[in-house]
Amino acid sequence: MNKRMIVHMTGQIIRLESILLLLPLIVAFIYGESNCYLAYILTSGISFAVGSLTVMYSNPESKVIYAPEGFVITALSWVSLSLIGALPFVISGDIPSYTDAVFETVSGFTTTGASILTNVEALSHASLFWRSFTHFIGGMGVLVLMIAILPSSSARSIHILKAEVPGPTMGKLVPKLRSTAALLYIIYIALTLLQIIFLLFGGMPLYDSIIHAFGTAGTGGFGIKSDSIGGYSPYLQWVITIFMLIFGVNFNVYYLILIRKFRSIIHSQELWTYIGIVITSVVLVTVNIYSKFHDFGEALRHAAFQVSSIITTTGYATTDFDLWPDFSKNILFILMFIGGCAGSTAGGLKVSRIVLLFKQVKRSFNSMLHPRSVKAIRMDEKTVESTTLQNVNIYFALYMICLALIILLLGLENFSFETNFSAAVACFNNVGPGFSSVGPAYSYAGYSIGGKWLLSLAMLLGRLEIYPIILATLVFFSQRKYKA
Amino acid sequence: MNVLIAGCGKIGITILGDMVKEGHNVTIMDTNQNVLASLTDVYDVMSLCGNGVNCEMLYEAGIENIDVFVATMGSDEANMMACFLAKRMGAKHTIARVRNPEYNERNLKFMKQHLDISIILNPEHLAAGDLFDILKLPSAMKVEQFSRRNFQLIELKLKDKSLLDGMNLIEVRGKYPAEYLICAVQRDDNIYIPNGKFVLHSGDKIGIIGKDNEIQKLFGSLGLLKKQAKKVMIVGGSRTAINLAQRLLSIGINVKIIDKDEKKCIELSERLPKAEVIHGDASQQELLLEEGLLSQDAFVTLTGIDEENILLSYFAASQNVPTVLSKVNSDQLTFLSEKLGLDQLVSPRKATTNVIISYVRALQNSIGSNIETLYQLMDDKVEALEFIVNSDSKLLGIPLKELSLRKNTLIAGIVRGRKTIIPGGNDTILHGDRVIIICADKRLQNLEEILA
Repeated sequence: MNKRMIVHMTGQIIRLESILLLLPLIVAFIYGESNCYLAYILTSGISFAVGSLTVMYSNPESKVIYAPEGFVITALSWVSLSLIGALPFVISGDIPSYTDAVFETVSGFTTTGASILTNVEALSHASLFWRSFTHFIGGMGVLVLMIAILPSSSARSIHILKAEVPGPTMGKLVPKLRSTAALLYIIYIALTLLQIIFLLFGGMPLYDSIIHAFGTAGTGGFGIKSDSIGGYSPYLQWVITIFMLIFGVNFNVYYLILIRKFRSIIHSQELWTYIGIVITSVVLVTVNIYSKFHDFGEALRHAAFQVSSIITTTGYATTDFDLWPDFSKNILFILMFIGGCAGSTAGGLKVSRIVLLFKQVKRSFNSMLHPRSVKAIRMDEKTVESTTLQNVNIYFALYMICLALIILLLGLENFSFETNFSAAVACFNNVGPGFSSVGPAYSYAGYSIGGKWLLSLAMLLGRLEIYPIILATLVFFSQRKYKA
Repeated sequence: MNVLIAGCGKIGITILGDMVKEGHNVTIMDTNQNVLASLTDVYDVMSLCGNGVNCEMLYEAGIENIDVFVATMGSDEANMMACFLAKRMGAKHTIARVRNPEYNERNLKFMKQHLDISIILNPEHLAAGDLFDILKLPSAMKVEQFSRRNFQLIELKLKDKSLLDGMNLIEVRGKYPAEYLICAVQRDDNIYIPNGKFVLHSGDKIGIIGKDNEIQKLFGSLGLLKKQAKKVMIVGGSRTAINLAQRLLSIGINVKIIDKDEKKCIELSERLPKAEVIHGDASQQELLLEEGLLSQDAFVTLTGIDEENILLSYFAASQNVPTVLSKVNSDQLTFLSEKLGLDQLVSPRKATTNVIISYVRALQNSIGSNIETLYQLMDDKVEALEFIVNSDSKLLGIPLKELSLRKNTLIAGIVRGRKTIIPGGNDTILHGDRVIIICADKRLQNLEEILA
């Protein structure tokens, strides 16, 4: 175990955060919010000092890291980012309780969008900006950002990337890791800018456009209005709908478009399944809610928005879907589990895993009917390795176990079954709003301190796809055992 | 530059490692997913699972943007075919590994021309060449040739109680006058590009550059000149062994080859009618002694297994065979065997590396000079490069003492026509010269980069 390297990398992440914290400071200056100056300067200073000191004193003899270090670095970075990122909320007085602030920050970095705020509009501009900016950083991943920026990343950094980038397999776009990371960020930033332009074009103020573009790009869902996107014009709602769907697609697709390899896109089964699920859900929901709106265009718009928002695990809302008929709510509930495509900024199980699970079910049916049949599972015109399949199955099992445990513990809270169940699902899948008392019109403010920490953990587990957190804990305890 | 390597066997991985170290964008292709998975964990490369002769795979790898395509798959024919396809699909340069001795020089020349392959690589052939050079100068650890054999670079380990122990380079030059230059010293893990005041110690590994007859003269006065080997025993009938035996037999050296496999032995005796072929297990010491190990001038181990080679060589060295050479592929084992006192090692992988790196680096540079040859020495920490000086070089006509060179860089030799010069401060570089540079720390691409 290369402990020094773990500390070194985590230190660099913390130092990186100190630079990121300067952006909300600029916003505070623009809006003249003097109560925020201190909060962001102080936090930025603290994290710069802590980060620099750890980087300086860790002084790793060897820069070689293996898979265990990759997991630990990822877990440790995300936890420390969230703990430090919560400070400005407390210092500026926007969110006085540290537990609440951590919940809000974790929800931001993990692009969940679940909030404990009962009145969003009361927050300072700077804090609202920071809240949404955490979506943007967490969406593509802060370690990916670090690898893209820092020249020192070695080939072994792939272990970090593997631990942070969601999806069953991690494919490089170009041979060099650093260029791959940079390319991902370039595509990410370009798409975000494009969305900002579209939103400005529709008459949304610049500040609102940036905030909502961040929320969409990271598939997070923090807004600045109590009614989320409901108050904006239909054009703006459609723009956000389309961009949510765009950010739920594997980023490799955009790279393939850039280098004009359209053939590979046509064969991407995950992409077509994703599109298929979205269209089917939108049609079903539109038909189901038509009676509520009596206007086809409006029903379609709300259906499309909510479906896109939930499948990409963004969590924006244009209307309180908790009041919809049960059939529509059930569709949305199932979409929470599916999530976006692998290699996107969305959460959930990921479409490619669902496709592989279904293919295996189909194969097992086939082999029951024809016990001697041999059938390789293929996806995107390639045979899928048995180890990949095994990993998908194990991940699914682990996912279910974790979810069950979270629901079990959340049962101690003083809420209805529907509330607790949907809260667990919405946080674990990084969606944000659930149903009933945690529906789009309400917030997570009612949960106890313990419940908030548990849901924060659930969000981290969901964003990092479970393994890094669990493995880091295991490594931590096994190391202590050796010492004793 | 963009490099695509099809086939990740031993040689493929060596080339891959070299290309990554040189900072290129490397994509690898192999049919074995597990091999790819383990390689992408260690090297910063992109992997594609598939066959390198498959056009669709080549297309997927973006062959039209590939600068260097390297085919190192198991089959020679597949490699040539892949190179042909890659070239047709837009790869700029292609390198094929071809090792079947049946494809002789004329064959290869024809295929190279018609398939438009840039380099046909034969690692065993290269290794045999290295072995042959050492057998001709048995005291050296390593012998490399520059400029059509005008210049030699010798690696020499100073044994205990060496005559050079405790002398500085000026004293050495005074006591053993000849046209040579001690251009690099490795002491433990440190590399020195020495100046005149540098003091040598026993145990140092030194690099000497000079004309071969001058180096012979130096070795003579140092008492290091062993006779050129007359009787050579080779263990293992590998391709390298056949190649080496052919060369040795052609200059009238006695060759005895031992191999375990009877069929192999029959094949060897057909190919090498003048060699003595023994069918037997060389790991039995009795057999070696019976076949006259003690009367051999040189003992060369060329089995496919590094460990076996090392153990056999260790035994031969303990029996005081004057020259013991072993083929060791793995870098880790190279280190171990040097600890055991076996320092005359040859690796087909290393030989390949030198050829490929010099070729690829020469592709990159455009101005002033061209890399003609490149060798890595002293555990790859030092590079010796031969540049051809073009007419627009900035160094033309300036006396060397007026050039301010970067640290750890040395102009070690100039070849002008048929004349070889060990340069002093008043010498100048002229258009058309071949200049040999010794450099630690930096990977030179242009001659101009030697300036501070």
